[in-house]
Amino acid sequence: MTVWRDLVGQEPTVEVLSHAVRTEGAMTHAWLFTGPPGSGRSTAARAFAAALQCPQGGCGECRECRTALDGSHADVKVVATEGLSIQVRDTRDLVQESALRPSVGRWRVIIIEDADRLTERAADALLKALEEPTPRTVWMLCAPSLEDVIITIRSRSRHIRLRTPPVQAVAELLERRDGVDGPMALHAARAAQSHIGLARRLARDEGARIRRRDVIAMATRIVGVGDAIDAAADLAQIADEESTASTAERDAAERSRLLETLGADPTARTQPPHIRSQLAALEKEQKTRATRHARDMVDRSLVDLMSVYRDALVLRLGSTVDLINPDAMDKVRGLSAVFSAEQLLGCLDAITEARDRINANVPPLLALEAMALQLRVPRDLNH
Amino acid sequence: MTAAAVPSLALVSGPEEVLVERAVARFVTAAKAAGADVIRVDATGYEPGSLILHASPSLFGGTKCIVVRGLHESPDELQLDLLSLLGGPLDDVSLVVAHGGGMKGKKVIDTLKKLGADVVDCPAIKSDRDKSDFVMKEFARARRKITSDGVRALVEAVGKDVRELAAACAQLVADTEGTIDDAVVDTYHGGKVEASGFRVADAAVAGQAGEALRLLRHAIATGVDPVPIVAVLASQLRQLIKVGAAGRGSSAQLAKTLGMAPWQVDRARRAVAHWSGDGLAVALQAVAAADFEVKGGGRDPVYAVERAILTITRARAGH
Ligand SMILES: [Zn+2]
Repeated sequence: MTVWRDLVGQEPTVEVLSHAVRTEGAMTHAWLFTGPPGSGRSTAARAFAAALQCPQGGCGECRECRTALDGSHADVKVVATEGLSIQVRDTRDLVQESALRPSVGRWRVIIIEDADRLTERAADALLKALEEPTPRTVWMLCAPSLEDVIITIRSRSRHIRLRTPPVQAVAELLERRDGVDGPMALHAARAAQSHIGLARRLARDEGARIRRRDVIAMATRIVGVGDAIDAAADLAQIADEESTASTAERDAAERSRLLETLGADPTARTQPPHIRSQLAALEKEQKTRATRHARDMVDRSLVDLMSVYRDALVLRLGSTVDLINPDAMDKVRGLSAVFSAEQLLGCLDAITEARDRINANVPPLLALEAMALQLRVPRDLNH
Repeated sequence: MTAAAVPSLALVSGPEEVLVERAVARFVTAAKAAGADVIRVDATGYEPGSLILHASPSLFGGTKCIVVRGLHESPDELQLDLLSLLGGPLDDVSLVVAHGGGMKGKKVIDTLKKLGADVVDCPAIKSDRDKSDFVMKEFARARRKITSDGVRALVEAVGKDVRELAAACAQLVADTEGTIDDAVVDTYHGGKVEASGFRVADAAVAGQAGEALRLLRHAIATGVDPVPIVAVLASQLRQLIKVGAAGRGSSAQLAKTLGMAPWQVDRARRAVAHWSGDGLAVALQAVAAADFEVKGGGRDPVYAVERAILTITRARAGH
């Protein structure tokens, strides 16, 4: 047992981090973890934190290790934001906290899981702490890529780059940690293209598997322009439903919490102006968040959709790379039979274009329609 | 509804806020006219027990009307209090409960229905078909006539927001006399962004490039943003594709399955006769590209829309 057991497929990183734990001279006060979504950035940071607190350098069994890993260690603070951004007031609190000596552990560790969401001013506030480090304090920032973090923070931290873990390693993790049976774990890891969180969800949530299958089936079913419009509407709707279901409850809770903090009477039919404006600000943020969530959902579906064209291209070119969708061979074969390599690239381009457009605020439905129209096949390949 | 009609129990059920407010206001007015005290209970942030307190007979006698809004997002305590209130005799108290939909609070709804509550349905007004129906009912209620072209013009101009649509209906009823047609609607709402967007889209879909460009220039010159114009172009082409793909069948039947208003189906059917599937695909893809450029992907938003219009009219001719 070690603290590194859930950080799969990242052997070089484990090497570097455990060396830093063992060797005083190799330690530094600010670390920046980057890597593709689902590669285990925050898992890496937590494991590192645990190893630093553990008297044995990361046994994975002792109290220090366990509490650091599950986020309850008194000297390991994990900042994970559900919001769109981390504000300057949040970082100011963190900076204050970072100046304190560790209370029980050997280090005070502050992990910011979404450093890419620091606003510019928030990042500036953080910079002070990074420039004048407190002796036993360690910052660990996580972001998708270096470009997502402002350069002044980048230049003051040691960079750890995670890679996309191999499918086999993700499957083994699902088996060992989540008790998923072998074939399902392999299927999920492959379908999620090694995104650990997605793979776990696919393995455990039948609804997610069905949605993914429906998305993939779309590729072979769009024949006429009417089919394209319907397929786009289906894609947009899946995302909408998922996102409202997952945000409605939290929105209501946030609202009552805000009213409570402001000392407002929640039963009042009309709130005084200053409270109204705060409520309006919250609603605006919630709406932005819902939109973003819906977009993320669409994006996830589009990544799934792309995978079947990538497979078809692999087949068409006679390459021996492993397929992402071996369980949808009929569809992959059908597409590679009716489309040339050129046309398959055109389909992939159309999907990429839709993702870019949605990112640039084009209404998802319209972007998806334009894409689906490009994906039309000469005949229904499902029959 | 007359002032005498104060039901002791009422259930206002459904998500459409405009209708909910209207129904609640009607009950409240009736209750006030009957001399009752109106007490409003907000479901979110409910103080346990306060409902029972409100319902207990007052020292000075008199009747009460208790209005509970937002049952669908209410805490369990309120639901329990409601159930216990409904379990006993209600003396001099009338109760109006509004529920926006969903499973939460289902037990209270079932109990209210079992006890014979007056039920007012407030279904969501979403599709253009719903909006057309709503407009026709609004005018029927006011015993006024509106032509189908008038309904179309009104829904196109202000249909985006149901509240605005309701207000526009009320204004037309109050400010005009006789039958309301599209010309009347246009004098009141013709300057709306949506209305000018629809004129541009109509010309483009009809293949009239020159006219569409002229209307676009005019709209931009009067301060209309290109974004909603692109949105209307997209929605018109979308309707053409849907109606074209749906094949035969009565307009009414199609309207129902496609969530469109019958006049929209008829118009789309006339227009789609001049289009091929591939032409429509090219047209809608051009609109998506224009939307991207208008949203900052290109340098000149107006030019982006102009180019989309030219692509659309050419795609039609090419069939
Ligand atoms: Zn340990």
